[in-house]
Amino acid sequence: MNRKTADVNEANSFHMENFRRRSRYTAVFLVLFAALLFITVLNINTGTTSISVSRILEILLRRGGEDTEYNIIWKIRMPRLLMAAILGGALSLSGFLLQTFFRNPIAGPFMLGISSGAKFVVALVMIYFIGHFSAVSSYTLVVAAFAGSLLCMGFILIISRRVNHMAILLVAGIMIGYICSAATDFVITFAEDSDIVNLHDWSQGSFSGMSWGNVQTAAIIVGITCVCTFFLAKPIGAYQLGEAYARSMGVNVKVFRVTLILLSSVLSACVTAFAGPISFVGIAVPHLVKQGLNTSRPLVVIPGTFLGGAVFCMMCDLIARTAFAPLELNISTVTSVFGAPVVIWMMLKRQKGR
Amino acid sequence: MADYYVQMENMTVGYNGKPLIRDICIGIRKGQIVSLIGPNGAGKSTILKSITRQLKMVGGTVFLEKKDIQRISARDMATRMAVVLTERMQPELMTCHDVVATGRYPYTGRLGLLTLEDEEKVEAAMRAVHAQEIGNRDFNAISDGQRQRVLLARAICQEPEVIILDEPTSFLDIRHKLELLSILRNMAKKKGITVIMSLHEIDLAEKISDMIVCVKGERIFRCGKPEEIFREETIRELYGIDNGYFDPCFGSLELPRPEGDPKVFVISSCGTGIPVYRKLQKEGIPFAAGILFENDMDYQLARLLAGAVVTERPFEEISDRAYREALSWVQSCSQVIDAGVTFGQGNRRLKELLDEAGRLGRLRK
Repeated sequence: MNRKTADVNEANSFHMENFRRRSRYTAVFLVLFAALLFITVLNINTGTTSISVSRILEILLRRGGEDTEYNIIWKIRMPRLLMAAILGGALSLSGFLLQTFFRNPIAGPFMLGISSGAKFVVALVMIYFIGHFSAVSSYTLVVAAFAGSLLCMGFILIISRRVNHMAILLVAGIMIGYICSAATDFVITFAEDSDIVNLHDWSQGSFSGMSWGNVQTAAIIVGITCVCTFFLAKPIGAYQLGEAYARSMGVNVKVFRVTLILLSSVLSACVTAFAGPISFVGIAVPHLVKQGLNTSRPLVVIPGTFLGGAVFCMMCDLIARTAFAPLELNISTVTSVFGAPVVIWMMLKRQKGR
Repeated sequence: MADYYVQMENMTVGYNGKPLIRDICIGIRKGQIVSLIGPNGAGKSTILKSITRQLKMVGGTVFLEKKDIQRISARDMATRMAVVLTERMQPELMTCHDVVATGRYPYTGRLGLLTLEDEEKVEAAMRAVHAQEIGNRDFNAISDGQRQRVLLARAICQEPEVIILDEPTSFLDIRHKLELLSILRNMAKKKGITVIMSLHEIDLAEKISDMIVCVKGERIFRCGKPEEIFREETIRELYGIDNGYFDPCFGSLELPRPEGDPKVFVISSCGTGIPVYRKLQKEGIPFAAGILFENDMDYQLARLLAGAVVTERPFEEISDRAYREALSWVQSCSQVIDAGVTFGQGNRRLKELLDEAGRLGRLRK
């Protein structure tokens, strides 16, 4: 073998391939972090009162500055921003897990009706608790959302056992979503007047009115779930080749599948409990991140998806609250505008790939 | 218990506890290649799935090196047994290297990070299947033949002692079939890897396997060395062939002979008759052939396709009996075809026969 071919072989080796890939991963993550930083600053700075960057730094780091600005940042914008980041990441990750589970890139918590199921149970619990105890803790809401998610997930699983066709499964999911939404609207219509305003906003999806308590609860739940998901990266990678191959590599497929469902349900339940149903994030973000990283390797896609989801939702929330200020848009309105085209593009690309 | 590497003892397989094939008892030695043959839906895949624990066995036991496979941990099993399956996978954004690297799964740590050694093993496996050039290509963008080789590389990369393949040659063209099977052969003989697979191509099964298992009906129909299995009647019965023949000598399949009284008599020797027989058969013209020595190539095919064959024992001169018989065919057929004869001491009399046919005006070259 002469020197030149040896060099070519060297360049094509698996080791070099992995090396080039790691460079790409690094670049993509740097871009994501930069975007996160930029959008964070933009988010704090923009609104009915704009605050300059230097003042933001002063308020954040030294906790100084005048009262109104201090309050706007610490009591309103910061929790909202953090919540958008945490829940956006959780939602995207939940979508990624569902796509892995169903082996379908269009599966997502909203698409399969899981978010709507969670929404329905949360609405019921909220009305009951507010009616009887005049308050409801955020943990209770998360548990209710989790129960609702699992309920819908159960339905979807039963259907997926019977029909092995992805299109039918998606249609069934969308139908379940509509039924749950209709039921929620019904319940809200008959709720006590004073609750309606609040409930109505929430049931359309929104990051507004987040408290630090909410942030804390969400951070704990999502944090733990994400760490668990990250350590599931290896079997997820095996599962991407199909169930039979995963089993032949030593994955306990039954346990793995249940874990996958539970993790994705916790994540989407958490999102729904705090911010209501949010559409398309769970499908669009994992797809964009995979394309950006040019891999489906879970070890990088999982953190990438979380970061990407955070950036995406912060951006959408910023648009939602500033585009037609003082009117505020539903978060789903904005995520749909950006997310739906991505989904269409993805489907077209898949068709072409066949 | 003999020195078997894989042993199935009274294994009963089926779906949902319903037995499909009962009491399978097969012993396989290390480094052997075993092929499962039989009609579609006979349960070849079911047996393979049960051995790989994809499917729960209905009864009996499978031993791997004298250990019950039900008692082997999932990880241990993964380091001993690798699979190549029929199901089509469409992994997203994975290069061939990535697919092969999944074979390292049982050896990598908690997060599945590949070490330099793992990367080298991936490359070695790619070289073993002659696929080193396509390592960087997207797995979904390569041909079926390449895909099958990459999947085999994946199995090799798992460093197993047994490789189970479910119809590995299904989507491949002839060249890739041969290539894949010779890779398997090499692996089995050089590395002592035991290969168990299901095959549709019985001709290839005959040539590559050390043992053949015929799967049909409730029990294993037959099981043994290829030379014991590949007999005409066995294959006919196994596949229920009533519309053709199986030639055990070359492992080839033949369509049934044209029906009716022979209208053409073909005179040939040393293989010149074969294209003529095939042509006549395709046109549906019944024919007789002769005079053929029983060790002539033509005889093997004439036996299956001709309505009648006039034969002579090898290395003898053509006897009066054979000559008379052949002459009567020359007289009764409307045409005699001279496919080309190599004359020698033994078959001098064929010349007489041809002359006779010429005199009758029935001879065609």
